[in-house]
Amino acid sequence: MREETILRPLRVLGLIFFALFTAFPLYTIVISSFKPLQDVQSVFKWIPSEVTFSPYRDIWHTIPLAHYFVNSVIVCISATLISILISILAAYAISRYRFFGRDPFRLVVLSTQMFPGILFLLPLFIIFVNIDQTFGTRLYGSYSGLIITYLTFALPFSIWMLVGYFNSIPRELEEAAMVDGTTALGALFRVLIPPSMPGIVAVAIFAFMTAWGEVLFASALTTDATRTLAIGLRDYANQSTVYWNQLMAAAIVVSIPVVAGFLALQRYLVQGLTAGGVKQ
Amino acid sequence: MSVTSKRQNGAQTGPGVRRPRSGGKERRLLRPGTLPYVLILPALVFELLIHIVPMIFGVVISLFQLNQFYIRNWINAPFAGLDNFKIGLNTQGPIGSDLAHSFLITCAYTLLVVTCSWLFGVTAALLVNAEFRGRGWFRTLFLIPYALPIYVAILAWQFMLQQKNGAVNTLLVQNLHVLDHSPFWLLGGNAFWSMVVTSLWRTWPFAFLILLAALQNIPAELYDAASVDGASKLRQFRSITLPLIRPVSVVVILVMFLWTFNDFNTPYVLFGQAPPPTADLLSLHIYVNSFVDLNFGLGAAMSTLLLVFLLLVSIVYIRLLHVGGEGNA
Repeated sequence: MREETILRPLRVLGLIFFALFTAFPLYTIVISSFKPLQDVQSVFKWIPSEVTFSPYRDIWHTIPLAHYFVNSVIVCISATLISILISILAAYAISRYRFFGRDPFRLVVLSTQMFPGILFLLPLFIIFVNIDQTFGTRLYGSYSGLIITYLTFALPFSIWMLVGYFNSIPRELEEAAMVDGTTALGALFRVLIPPSMPGIVAVAIFAFMTAWGEVLFASALTTDATRTLAIGLRDYANQSTVYWNQLMAAAIVVSIPVVAGFLALQRYLVQGLTAGGVKQ
Repeated sequence: MSVTSKRQNGAQTGPGVRRPRSGGKERRLLRPGTLPYVLILPALVFELLIHIVPMIFGVVISLFQLNQFYIRNWINAPFAGLDNFKIGLNTQGPIGSDLAHSFLITCAYTLLVVTCSWLFGVTAALLVNAEFRGRGWFRTLFLIPYALPIYVAILAWQFMLQQKNGAVNTLLVQNLHVLDHSPFWLLGGNAFWSMVVTSLWRTWPFAFLILLAALQNIPAELYDAASVDGASKLRQFRSITLPLIRPVSVVVILVMFLWTFNDFNTPYVLFGQAPPPTADLLSLHIYVNSFVDLNFGLGAAMSTLLLVFLLLVSIVYIRLLHVGGEGNA
């Protein structure tokens, strides 16, 4: 095959290009996190002058990393779990019932996905402050304010994807269960949810990743007590003196949970995206 | 509220809307048609509180002269009519011309990032779709930038783009000798390109992920049949692959467009609240107008204009592509 002899080197070159482009920043993060301070303050070298683990130790004192970490974990896990539960219920209603307002609800929820965050950041801020003043709650600056914001961000995508999943499961299964005396919600949890687990897992990863990396709302809705990793690290990086080796060590520490989770479960995410989302 | 009390009467939550099947059961207490509303209620409440009401409120604010003097007392802010919009759209005035500049920068940025991301995504997906040893490793590698928290990816580039101790200058000046001096990548005109590359690096893996899944859904028999008929690889790509990944591409491009056009993270993490003019993307521009200059009414008017623009582009795009793209899925 002459065609194959031309294509093969092109393919190899292409793969090398993409691999280098992707790996360059990843290599920089990893190698810098093992460098002593003088290495990252002078001209960048590909090989560290000595390998040290001290950045991984020192960063916890340079900034209150543990504090940020706890804040991010609390906010992101709560937002993920609540958003999954809410999306399952809503997706079940949309997939299985014809009710008045079904299509407008679906359309509105989906279209909120395209709203620029900047459009409702300020109004949301004012609404939170006013709810707090009126009802004595603490939405601004507390975990709960950020949790309900993040869980709502995850809803459009989660509902959309789970509707696709539920639609692909034959109705006869639940009807059989309901004939046997199970209620609608019983059928949802016993019949629909088990085969939809890949979709639910995908939705969960997506919700968690979105919340874990969110910057804009965290910058306006948190105070020092509830500062998340995103804002804590960004603020540190914009100081006049930055210990880049420690910052890169922190970058690895905060990335490991999401990258590991994503890579372990990415098959579900791809299945979910193609089954639920794209084919809709 | 009546719903909850009714629920407690029944041993379990109410049955569905489907016509009675198994005879009259006394716990069929929810009237048919109530259950779906109960199910969507939590989603509806949060959507209203976080998305819908603030959005409407944002449009209302844009009609008022809301600034730092009225923020604690926003009810009494003077009504401004369309003044905020006039100021924003008046390209002769200082505020309007800055906004127009920011809009153009954002358009150029979006066009570059989305086009390159799609091209990179398709190319890499085609490369990885072929059978070879180690393709799983490439696939995993390409997905890592997408899995990283957004700010981590941007912080890494911020470090690499440092003038004195950045890896980019080491690569370009010392190793490849493409440049003979070390430029400042985060200042002036270079800031724009730094932002494009940073964004491209973490956006294209999304296109890759989705397009690869789409490629893998194409039955191999189609290619086998085409080979038997003597179609070249290029011909197969044009006549089989491209039409079959079209519906997916349409969605992926729209999603990437919305992300990129609304991008706040890249300039904010790279440059903070005072980006160089060439990196002054709309979201950050509006943020600075609202929260730093404390001109909330004007910021809200700008956000409203942004929303209208995004809606128009999305509708035109979906209309245009749906006409020609029906029946490919």
